[in-house]
Amino acid sequence: MASRAKRFFEQLLFYRSAAIGLAIILVLVGISVYAIFAIPYDEAVRLWRAGEQHWLSNPRNALPSWVNIFSSKKLPETIILDTSEPKPGVSKAIVPVLERFSRIRIEFSFDYQYDDFPSELNLFFKSRFNASAPQLTVHWAKPNGEEYVLNTMIISREDKYYISNDDRLARELRGLISAKVNRTIEYDAPVTLLLFAEEDASILNPSTAKVMKGTYRLWIEGMAFETNVDVDARLIVYGKVYGWAGTDHLRRDIGIALLWGTPIALSFGVVASVSIALIQMFIGAVSAWFLGRVDTVLQRLTEVFMVLPFLPVVIMISTFYKINIWVLLLVVIGLTAFGSGVKNYRAMFLQIKEFPYVEAARAYGAGSFRIIARYLIPKVLPTIIPSMVLSVPDFVFLEAALAILGLGDPLAPTWGKIIDDAFTYGALYKGLYYWVLEPSVLLAITSLSFAMLGFALDKIFNPRLKEA
Amino acid sequence: MLPKLAGHLAKRGIILLLTVVVAVYVTIWIANMGGYVDEIVKGEVYLSISQSVRQNPAYRHLNETQVRELIDALYANELKRIGFDKPFIYRSFAYLKDAITLSLGRALWISSASGSKSVYIIITERLPNTVLLFTTTQLLLFFIGLFVGLFLSRRYGSVADRLAVMLAPLSSLPGWFYGIFLILIFASYLRLLPYGGMVDVPPPTDSLSYALSVLKHMTLPVLSWLVAYSFINIYVRRTFFLMFSSEDYVELAKAKGLPESVIQRRYVLRPTLPPIITDFSLSLIASWMGAIITERVFNWPGIGSLLYSASVMFDTPVLVGLVVIYAYLLAVTVFTLEVVYAILDPRIRMGGA
Repeated sequence: MASRAKRFFEQLLFYRSAAIGLAIILVLVGISVYAIFAIPYDEAVRLWRAGEQHWLSNPRNALPSWVNIFSSKKLPETIILDTSEPKPGVSKAIVPVLERFSRIRIEFSFDYQYDDFPSELNLFFKSRFNASAPQLTVHWAKPNGEEYVLNTMIISREDKYYISNDDRLARELRGLISAKVNRTIEYDAPVTLLLFAEEDASILNPSTAKVMKGTYRLWIEGMAFETNVDVDARLIVYGKVYGWAGTDHLRRDIGIALLWGTPIALSFGVVASVSIALIQMFIGAVSAWFLGRVDTVLQRLTEVFMVLPFLPVVIMISTFYKINIWVLLLVVIGLTAFGSGVKNYRAMFLQIKEFPYVEAARAYGAGSFRIIARYLIPKVLPTIIPSMVLSVPDFVFLEAALAILGLGDPLAPTWGKIIDDAFTYGALYKGLYYWVLEPSVLLAITSLSFAMLGFALDKIFNPRLKEA
Repeated sequence: MLPKLAGHLAKRGIILLLTVVVAVYVTIWIANMGGYVDEIVKGEVYLSISQSVRQNPAYRHLNETQVRELIDALYANELKRIGFDKPFIYRSFAYLKDAITLSLGRALWISSASGSKSVYIIITERLPNTVLLFTTTQLLLFFIGLFVGLFLSRRYGSVADRLAVMLAPLSSLPGWFYGIFLILIFASYLRLLPYGGMVDVPPPTDSLSYALSVLKHMTLPVLSWLVAYSFINIYVRRTFFLMFSSEDYVELAKAKGLPESVIQRRYVLRPTLPPIITDFSLSLIASWMGAIITERVFNWPGIGSLLYSASVMFDTPVLVGLVVIYAYLLAVTVFTLEVVYAILDPRIRMGGA
């Protein structure tokens, strides 16, 4: 047995495409195992459905970080500075004055050496006080020493200041900088550009505006009319790249869905194709063995299911019953169990049935199901392995297709879901190609690996094709 | 001979019709498991009663509350009449009769471009668009597969042949998937062809530029299917022809010294054509229904897009109507093929097989 298996593998690896396909499948299985252990399913679903609040410190629609390796123009990473997590460049001092006031000073400084402007700039506050809310003034200093007052405000216990969304500030900065360069900035320059750009003639046009590289400072000065005060601030300079996969329109890390999409796609595809093939084969065997009335009923039933359009019925069921992905899998198996495959298997079994060894089994008194299970099915099993492997991609893509129709599992993070989101939120119109390409490439690799393996298996198990 | 043939066809026809009836019945059960069909019928009854009451001059003098009471009373009566006080099993047969006779009822939300709510009109309005796109595609695929397959089977083992075998796995990715890439390249990046749709907006007025505009919009969807399914088609046909080329009668023809083209046409193509044509017609029908995602990706206003919007809007009558029409199309195709083969194939004609 062991030597037979060895010979089989030697034969299989003789085909280079089979070796490549098998290697890719093993890698995908490895990724799946990693995903299952690194992020438990519930955790993955929770993260994926958490909504924007949970992902607030990620940039929106960011490219994957590795694009910086291939580009001479370095896109910014996200910079997060938080007074509750002290590190160089962060300082906080709250000093009581005359037993009645508190003076607050928070300072952030960071080095900015990227070639593009940040996508957003936000400030978050957490504060503790009894009655008197602190009043804060936010200042900004560019590397060349230019200083701006961004805003003055009274903060609540949980507060935020979306600097990059502050239109009043944008108008004010536009006026100040226009005065400095003696020309008017005609276009609607965003705050991120105005706060990070060189202040010379280049700023007059959005395509020529350059980033001023160096150390930036943001400091907050404030006052509270009591001594029992504490303020923590968190500055986020949102970049344009994130992680190994980038982020989507809700700032979610696409990597999670790519990672978890792997075990879902593999198990969906493999379980569906294997169980459908086995069930169809069993029905075919029963039909061919018993003939007569059993055969008539099974064949008519098969024809009924062949007349039903598969995809529309699946769509109907998943729309009406809001099923999750594993119930969907059962529905798919149920609908395909009586597929056209039954007819092929029946034809095969009709021939095998007449073989002498089956007759011998019958002669020594083996029961019908014993003959079907021990004599008929094992004979056909090897020949259907290639088509089993070849049909895995169909079901992997079925899941993706349903997701694209908005009918997949509403919770599970899958590859199809990412493609659907990307399509719905106009990734192709906006040029956010990574968003579509990442899940698509994974889908393509998965399908191709199974297809390559399947074609090679086909040549081994059905040698007639090889010689023909 | 003729009565035998007619008897055979009649038997097949009845079996097919029964198959369609059972399939539609199964669909009705699937659709009603959530109680949706009931809701549709109730809504329809209520609408028609309230319309007839409000338009009836005899009830002009009634005020609003009286009208409502009247409508409610008539509605309750009508529900009883059509059997809503009985369990679903009784009613399911009424639905079956409607579906089989193609009285597909009214859509819940979707309306046709002409403003009609009739499911039949909505579907028949969309059907030509799908048929246009996918018949073109399938014909192209058919001829590419046939001719390239035939060509390669004669040059077994050549570079071209090995290339075709090597590229066959590419067909494990579906057409719509290639469609996304084609949109990305030709619409988004190169800006040569439209992202989707069927004609320019606003549609051109003269028929020539209208046709050209449709052609332009068809290019990418057709191309996506050609890229996706050509290789497997070629591979399957080639293997098929190769298997038939080693039959004894082909060898004999070669030994007789018949020219290659005659052997190809008479000895290889002729006996292999029936299964190829069956395959073609079945995949043609399947593509009219199974191209939902391609139509969605390319925003093509056909049956697939209709199915998609119907499922998103929970428009059950449209969904059931589509399944019914598909079942009919398939059954008619299968029956037509049976008739053609019965006439062509002497074994069936004589009732021998």
